[in-house]
Amino acid sequence: MTSSDEDIEWFDDEGKRVDGREKDDLRETEMEVDVLTEADGSAMVEVGNTRVIASVFGPQELHPKHLQESDRAVIKMRYNMAPFSVDDRMSPGPNRRAKEIGLVAKKALEPAIEMEKFPTAGIDISMEVVESDGGTRVTGITAAALALADAGIPMKGMVSATAAGVVDETPVLDVNGKEDKEGNADIPIALINYDEDGEHTGEEITLVQMDGDLTQEQVEDCIELAKDGCRQLHEMQQDAMLEKYRQLRGGDE
Amino acid sequence: MKLNQDTIREMAEDGQRLDGRDLKEMRDIKVETDYINETSEGSALVEIGDTKVLVGLSIEIEEPYDDRPGKGTIVTNAELAPMARRDYESGPPQEDGVELARVVDRGIREAEAIDLEDLCMVEGEKVYTVFIDAHVLNDDGNLIDATSLAAMAALKSGYLPAYDEETETLNRDEKWKDIELQCEPITVTGHKIGDTLLWDTTGEEEKALDARLTVSKKKDGNIVAMQKGETQPFTADEMSQIMTEADEKIQKFREILEAEVGE
Repeated sequence: MTSSDEDIEWFDDEGKRVDGREKDDLRETEMEVDVLTEADGSAMVEVGNTRVIASVFGPQELHPKHLQESDRAVIKMRYNMAPFSVDDRMSPGPNRRAKEIGLVAKKALEPAIEMEKFPTAGIDISMEVVESDGGTRVTGITAAALALADAGIPMKGMVSATAAGVVDETPVLDVNGKEDKEGNADIPIALINYDEDGEHTGEEITLVQMDGDLTQEQVEDCIELAKDGCRQLHEMQQDAMLEKYRQLRGGDE
Repeated sequence: MKLNQDTIREMAEDGQRLDGRDLKEMRDIKVETDYINETSEGSALVEIGDTKVLVGLSIEIEEPYDDRPGKGTIVTNAELAPMARRDYESGPPQEDGVELARVVDRGIREAEAIDLEDLCMVEGEKVYTVFIDAHVLNDDGNLIDATSLAAMAALKSGYLPAYDEETETLNRDEKWKDIELQCEPITVTGHKIGDTLLWDTTGEEEKALDARLTVSKKKDGNIVAMQKGETQPFTADEMSQIMTEADEKIQKFREILEAEVGE
């Protein structure tokens, strides 16, 4: 895509990526549920140096009344980057990019939420990116899904999200900032994960975006890779929820 | 929540609080510097009780103002994230955020904590601007104190990146030097409910608040900035009491700062 692409050593002799990962490795990921006290649900997800805090208020009364839907809840979504979350300071408040991401993130989560259980109500979801190194929207969606679960909002399945990309004609999972900016492509994907008795029973893709220059085969490879990543993230989400409820119960298991 | 407000007022009359603290007692304070790994030139997460404020510095190169060609600039900004409190609206800084930023800024600026001449690279052409951005993540009261403390902690642990004269840009991977602080002003706020003065109010208590007085003091004890807030008046005696009682809180803040980012 860029001329600099060819100059970068994307893989070392052992096939490791610029940050030492294998092609199908996620970055080091940490998740914590219930990190804020004012919101009804909250979570922080850290993927490498990308860190997002998400919150949920609601279901609650929605104002003004004309925004209400008689048969379902209405979601308001905010995605915002803190001024210090990027190298060159960003002006405070959501810009056009942030508004678009808020929109696609809402569409990524909404199909998983049992909206019809809360007619006329509003659910406010918000994500604050406090540090960014690629993958802020997918990390935000993963965090927001945890915040929804923490708020006790019923969902058909947990949503998890990550991006796959292509560098040096090779599909890689969970692109970092450098791979995103200077690689061939970036495809963020979100999944609703369905599980029954610990068995993975299927999934639905609720977010796809892409920019770059790829063959259809490469795109399909990226989607498969990202789906695998989403499933790994989903396991970590379950662990993070268990961790919280273990603490609440005060027991070990 | 009118009930709670009435209860808080009645209890305050008897010198009591909902959470059982003494009137002058602070909640637990935690300071974590270098919270942001890569993208910020100095950062701190401060928690006072459940209140959580993240401050990150951004250093940029800009042209100096015409009337002070040899001096850099500091800019303080505060954002109250909608997640911080149920009644916060998303959008550009509201009045509360603007006041918060200005009060925090005044303490630092009036104490001349940062030597602005130290931020000058090429007189009349290139100076450093230090952006102090506060992100309020969870508001359970006493925001001014938490934000000021986070700002000082971020500055104390912050640095100026190297300036590359050839490309006329900052080399963010290379540190030039620490941000030098000439003095360390500390900002604390006394609160009034009815005729009772109290410290480190919670969000719940602040709904019943009549007045507050913020005081910024240097190490020598001199006051460099004040701000009265909320709708009811103070007597001169009440203000004196707050200025006096402030010393103990300021001392505590200094000890916490020293422990986290000592010399």
